[in-house]
Amino acid sequence: MLRFHRRRLAACSVALAAALAISACGSKTGESDSTGGVTADTSGDTVKVGLLNSLSGTMAISEVTVRDAIMLAVEEINAAGGVLGKKLAPVGEDGASDWPTFAEKAEKLIKVDRVAAVFGCWTSASRKAVKPVFEENKALLFYPVQYEGLEQSPYIFYTGATTNQQIVPGLDYLKAQGKKSVYLVGSDYVFPRTANKIIKAYAEANGLKVLGEDYAPLGSTEFGTIVNKVKASKAEAVFNTLNGDSNVAFFKEYKSAGLTAASMPVVSVSIAEEEVKSIGTQYLAGQLTAWNYYQTTTGAANDKFVKAYKAKFGADKPTSDPMEAAYVSVYLWKAMVEKAGSFDVEKVKGASNGVTFEAPEGLVTIDGATQHIHKTARIGKIGDDGLITEVWNSGGPVKPDPYLKGYPGASGLS
Amino acid sequence: MTVILGQLFTGVSIGAVLLLIALGLALTFGQMNVINMAHGEFIMAGAYTTYVLQQTITDAGLSLLVALPVAFAVAGAMGVLLEWALIRRLYTRPLDTLLVTWGVSLMLQQLARDIFGAPNVQTKAPDILTESTSLGADLSIANSRLFILGLVLLAVAALTAALKFTPLGRRIRAVVQNRDLAAVSGIPTARVDRLTFFIGSGLAGVAGVALTLLGPIGPTMGTNIIIDAFLVVVVGGIGQLKGSVIVAFVLGMLQAMVEYLTTLSVAKVIVFIAIVAFLQWRPQGLFTLRTRSLA
Repeated sequence: MLRFHRRRLAACSVALAAALAISACGSKTGESDSTGGVTADTSGDTVKVGLLNSLSGTMAISEVTVRDAIMLAVEEINAAGGVLGKKLAPVGEDGASDWPTFAEKAEKLIKVDRVAAVFGCWTSASRKAVKPVFEENKALLFYPVQYEGLEQSPYIFYTGATTNQQIVPGLDYLKAQGKKSVYLVGSDYVFPRTANKIIKAYAEANGLKVLGEDYAPLGSTEFGTIVNKVKASKAEAVFNTLNGDSNVAFFKEYKSAGLTAASMPVVSVSIAEEEVKSIGTQYLAGQLTAWNYYQTTTGAANDKFVKAYKAKFGADKPTSDPMEAAYVSVYLWKAMVEKAGSFDVEKVKGASNGVTFEAPEGLVTIDGATQHIHKTARIGKIGDDGLITEVWNSGGPVKPDPYLKGYPGASGLS
Repeated sequence: MTVILGQLFTGVSIGAVLLLIALGLALTFGQMNVINMAHGEFIMAGAYTTYVLQQTITDAGLSLLVALPVAFAVAGAMGVLLEWALIRRLYTRPLDTLLVTWGVSLMLQQLARDIFGAPNVQTKAPDILTESTSLGADLSIANSRLFILGLVLLAVAALTAALKFTPLGRRIRAVVQNRDLAAVSGIPTARVDRLTFFIGSGLAGVAGVALTLLGPIGPTMGTNIIIDAFLVVVVGGIGQLKGSVIVAFVLGMLQAMVEYLTTLSVAKVIVFIAIVAFLQWRPQGLFTLRTRSLA
C-alpha cells in the first residue's frame, strides 16, 4: 500500500515529484514522472522488459511459441552486450487467454516492474484490452501478429502485417491467377468480421465476386453445412479467416466433400507452420497461405534465426510468421533505443521513423507515422512435408497502410 | 435440388455424431442419473488412444479398427475407476456429483496437456475415409460421415440388444426401474452400476475414435461437445434410449436446415430456443420411463 500513497503524493506536488526523481535516481517502484506516465526503471545495470503472452488457456498453443521467440531475441541481445550497455531482464506474465487478465498484467508490468517496453499479445481482443492501459501510462507495447488494421495507437508498435501487407496481396494473387469469385469463411469475432469487410470492399473494386460469407463461433467443429454452401456456390476460391481448432474440422470436411486445392484453392491467413502440423498435411497439401515470412524464406538472417531457434527449442519446432515478427520486434526496439540514446518512451518513439533491421523476412523499416513496419508480402503453398514454400512475393517491402487510404473502394471502413 | 439432398445428408450425419457422443451418456445419465461432466474427457481419451495407437501401428486403416475396441476398454476403465473412487459415494447427492466430476474433467484436461502437449495432435485417416462417394452430379457424401453413421447404428443396435436380451441388460433395466426391489431380489446393484458405467464410458471412447475423422484432437475437445450430448439425453427423456436416438437425428436435421437458410450462430440459437420451448411443453423429455418405484 505504501507505494501507492507515495505515488499519489508525488502526483500532487510537482516539486516533490522532481525531488524524488532526482534523489531516488528513478529506482522507486510505481513513481510517476511529470507527464503522468510511469518512467521505466533504468537505474541499475539491467533494464527490465515485459513479456505478456498467454501461457495457459485456448491461445497458449500459439502464444507460447511467440514467447519463445522473444526470449531468444532477448538472450541474443544480452549475449552481444545488451542495449546501451545494460543487460535486458525479461519479466514474464501469463495473460491466460483472458482479456481482462491481459489488462491487469500489463498494468502490473508497467507500474510495479517498471519495464522499458512490453512485447506480446496475440488476439485483437487482448490488444484492444491493453491499449488503454499503455496509452494512459504512456508505456510501449510491441504487437507481433498480423491483424485487421484500422488502428494506430501512439503507444503501440505493430510488427505484424496490417491488411495491405497480407489480405490485399492474397486477393491480388487470386486475381492474378485468373480467379473471378471467392467465398469467405471465418470465425465469428473481430478480426474475421473486419477483415471480410475490407475483403468485400476491395474485391468489389477489383472485379472479384464475393459469392457468400459464413462465420462459425470460435471453437466450432461442425462444418458440414458451411462446406456444402461453399461447394454449391461454385466459387473459384475460398478466403479463410478461421482461427484455431475450427481450421482442423473445416479442412477435414473440405477434403471429404471432394474439394481440392486444384479445383477450389483456399487462401488462409491464420495458418502458419505450427498450425499446419496440428491440422495434418493430408488435408492441407497444396492449399495457400498469405504471410510475410515462412521458415523456408531464403537469406542469411533467416538461416541464423531458424538454426538458433531449433538449437534452443528442438529440431522438430517450426518457425512461423508471428514468431518472426516477435523476434524482430525486440531488435527493432533495441535499434530505436540506441538511435534515441535513451530508454525514455517519448524519445524512443521520436527516433522510430526509418529505423531498419535485417530481419529473417528481409529488410524491415519502421514507418514512424503509423508505427507499423514495411514488410514484404508473401503467398506460400503448403507442401507434403508440412513446410510452406513461397510461390509469390511483393518484390520488396510494402509500405504499411492500416486505414487503406491508398486503396480506392476500401478506405473509410473504420 | 442436389444442395437440399446434400443438406439432408448433412443433417443425418450431424445427428449421427450427436447420437454417438450422447449414447454413452444416455446410459450413465439417462439410466443411472449420474451427471458425469467428465464424459467429454472420456471422449477425448478415446481420441488420444487413436493417436497413441497410430504411433505403433502405422497403417491408418488398421490402427483405426484396432482403436475402436481399445478406446472402448481405455475409456471404460477410466469410467469404472471414477465410479469406484468417487461417484458411488455420491449417488444420493447429484449436485455434488456434478461438481466433483467437473473437477475431474479439468484434471483430465490438464493431464492430457501435460502428456501430449497443449497443441492439437493429428492422426492420419485411411485414404478411403478422406474421400467421398459420388451420387450423381454435384452430390457426394463424405465417406467419413458414412463410416460414423454405420458405426452409430451398429452401436445402437448392439446396446439395444444387450439391454433387451442379455442377463446383464435385464439387471440394468431392473436397477433403473426400481433399485430397492432389484436389490432385495438378489441383484448386486453396486456391480451392475459399475458395469453400466463401464459400457457408458466405453461408448464415449468409441465416439472419440470416430471424432478424430472430423475434428481436432486436443485437451479441450471434450468440453466443446459435452453440452450437446446432455441436451440430446435431456430432450430425449431420461431412461429411454429411443428418445435419444430420435432427438439426435431431429436436432441434427433442424440444425442443418436452419443453418443452410441462416448462419451457424443463428442456427445454434434457434435450435436452443426450440429445445427450451419443447421442454416447457414436455419437461420430462420426449419419452419417460413409467415405473412403480417410489424413489
